[in-house]
Amino acid sequence: MQFITNFLGVLLVLGGALFMLAGSIGLVRFPDVYCRAHAATKVDTLGIMLFVLGLVFFVGFSLTSLKMILVAAFVALTAPVAAHALSRRALIHGVKPWSKKQKEG
Amino acid sequence: MITQTQSPIIEIAARGLAPFIQLLGIYVFFHGHYGPGGGFQGGVLLAAGVLLLRMSMGSVHSQAHVSSKKTVALCALGAFIFAATGIIAILGGGEFMDYHYLPVPFLEGPDLRYYGILFVELGITMAVMTGLVAIYDDVLGIGHAGTN
Repeated sequence: MQFITNFLGVLLVLGGALFMLAGSIGLVRFPDVYCRAHAATKVDTLGIMLFVLGLVFFVGFSLTSLKMILVAAFVALTAPVAAHALSRRALIHGVKPWSKKQKEG
Repeated sequence: MITQTQSPIIEIAARGLAPFIQLLGIYVFFHGHYGPGGGFQGGVLLAAGVLLLRMSMGSVHSQAHVSSKKTVALCALGAFIFAATGIIAILGGGEFMDYHYLPVPFLEGPDLRYYGILFVELGITMAVMTGLVAIYDDVLGIGHAGTN
């Protein structure tokens, strides 16, 4: 039983680390605001959620793990809204989305 | 440059989230005796809920939640609760903030100290929450012009 929960915890934390890595690379290499907001939100939602849910498997069922599940739920609720607000404001203030044709011309 | 947003996503998310932030603030306030937390942190969380509504719905539409006219008065009331508790303890014969000497009937010893600390924390929470909201309103000039 201990082995199974530890295995699941390690699996989830590694998955979260993978998403963190992908999002960080995207944050550096993507061309404009919208793509970068997309990458950063991926880190926030899936990366942190998988991290925290992996730590829940290590802690076991207690009040602490309940709070961790609440943290994951609130991150899942807020991060997409924050990205939406950011990119919506950028679009209203006239930041043009990147396209290949625009770059060549 | 703060106006009511036309995006329903932001408004619905903020309106759904603000009560939970404030509930967490009240929990942190009452949990200050047993663990991390206390009056200041609880007050900051309560103010965060109000400021989230101020930013997402615009300053005019969020007046129903916490009015800009009352913030400074409530801040002064919180500071008065904090200071008056200490001074009443001096008048009761002890030192500043010595809760054992508060003249409260039917309460003795540890109970008196417990509720004395809770009362002082209530004053801190009120002062911090309304003070932060008042600073935000004042920076944006909300209270003076009556509009955005």
